[in-house]
Amino acid sequence: MTSLHRDRAAHPPARAAKEHTVTHSAVAAAPSLDALREHLDTHLDPAARQWYRQALAEAADHPGGHGPISAWELRLAEAGRRCGSRHADAARVLILHAARADAVALTRVYRQGTADERRAVLLALPHLVPGPDALPLAEDALRTNDTRLIAAAVGPYAARHLDTHGWRHAVLKCLFTGVPVDEVAALDERAHGDAELARMLADFAAERTAADRPVPGGLHRVLALATAPSRKES
Amino acid sequence: MRLFDPHIHMTSRTTDDYEAMRAAGIRALVEPAFWLGQPRTSPASFLDYFDSLLGWEPFRAAQYGIAHHCTLALNPKEANDPRCTPVLDELPRYLVKDQVVAVGEIGYDSMTPAEDKALATQLQLAADHGLPALVHTPHRDKLAGLCRTLDVVRESALPLDRVLVDHLNETTVKEAKDSGCWLGFSVYPDTKMDERRMVEILRAHGPEKVLVNSAADWGRSDPLKTRAVADLMLAEGFTEDDVDQVLWRNPVAFYGLSGRLNLDIAQPEATHEGNSLARGGE
Repeated sequence: MTSLHRDRAAHPPARAAKEHTVTHSAVAAAPSLDALREHLDTHLDPAARQWYRQALAEAADHPGGHGPISAWELRLAEAGRRCGSRHADAARVLILHAARADAVALTRVYRQGTADERRAVLLALPHLVPGPDALPLAEDALRTNDTRLIAAAVGPYAARHLDTHGWRHAVLKCLFTGVPVDEVAALDERAHGDAELARMLADFAAERTAADRPVPGGLHRVLALATAPSRKES
Repeated sequence: MRLFDPHIHMTSRTTDDYEAMRAAGIRALVEPAFWLGQPRTSPASFLDYFDSLLGWEPFRAAQYGIAHHCTLALNPKEANDPRCTPVLDELPRYLVKDQVVAVGEIGYDSMTPAEDKALATQLQLAADHGLPALVHTPHRDKLAGLCRTLDVVRESALPLDRVLVDHLNETTVKEAKDSGCWLGFSVYPDTKMDERRMVEILRAHGPEKVLVNSAADWGRSDPLKTRAVADLMLAEGFTEDDVDQVLWRNPVAFYGLSGRLNLDIAQPEATHEGNSLARGGE
């Protein structure tokens, strides 16, 4: 689990920005940018801290491109070896924020990025993209079998913008690939009283049981939510 | 015993291989970009391949507790196809990535003018990006190919002590060692080198700057050849420290020249338990 995810538990969930395409109330759990800054200020060694502060200042001063690749994109690429792999997620999210990367820039960085850079883009989405423009990136990550990407893709941005069918399959994919359902933002709100999700989960549990294989631990928790009386009906 | 395979093409291998490698003591590997057997016909095929070496393959390796790094380049064989050479323009944005620890495999296949150009261009890219270079020596006309390779390196901006010349054997080891390069040997079931000849070379030339790899790929090859060499070294009177130098410290020192080697990967991640792969995908 990344340091970013560990931080999540320590900070209260932030109320999501105004939603666009879905009608539910999305409450998004994500580490605040302040929490990320505090994490890096506390944990980076002096050389790494100096590099990271310089990278943020550079991204803020020169968010646009110069030549084939902008300076902040180079900083993004080298964040792992500069800050250490445990702190790279936080550093990259803050660089993307300092550069005010929009959906177009984030899409470019994602497509040209390593798995680590792609994860950082996914983690940055709720902070940087108010609308659904970057949803194809989360959908791309959910098509992979890389659990690091899947876990980052089911954050607050997906909770806010994934349509019902896509969101149900994202939850199922987490259970299927071993991503803890705790990673799924707004799980309680979106799963609550979802009869179709309950059917999918029950079928999945039956398939596992028929094969004499264990049912993932998180399944029953989500199933309990999905079979709870719908709030609309209560 | 901790082992580092400094040249292996895991893209062509199965999870059984990863499991067996981990059990044999292999904790780290470097996967050089190379030819896939089937010729590519566009730069896009290279980009998907590079993305895989920076994404999916490290993920697979991590599930077996193996640190995965890569070297990226346009390989010598495909440097001769003008449909592929535009990938040289894409390389700079890849060579800045964290897990890229060298430019490679570069070098000669048939010693053509197109290969001259690709080799010189990519040695310059290595110098520009603070990376060492992994240089393949040709299978045919090997000694002449090595000499020409060393001449091109001497004319380049990259110092010889930042170059690993690979696929060496009895006929090329002296010339390579005298040059000051790092020395790579590929141990195969029935071509290149075998374990016994490898041990004789170590006896004759010493373990300094020697790296031994399996170069396992889609052909007849064996991803456990690094372990086989380690075992034979011990059986033939080499010390455990000698084994550690050749099969761990030397590759760490060479690829460490990049400043990007991250061996901080201990155990397979608990939440994965290999299940997303053991299932064979969706």
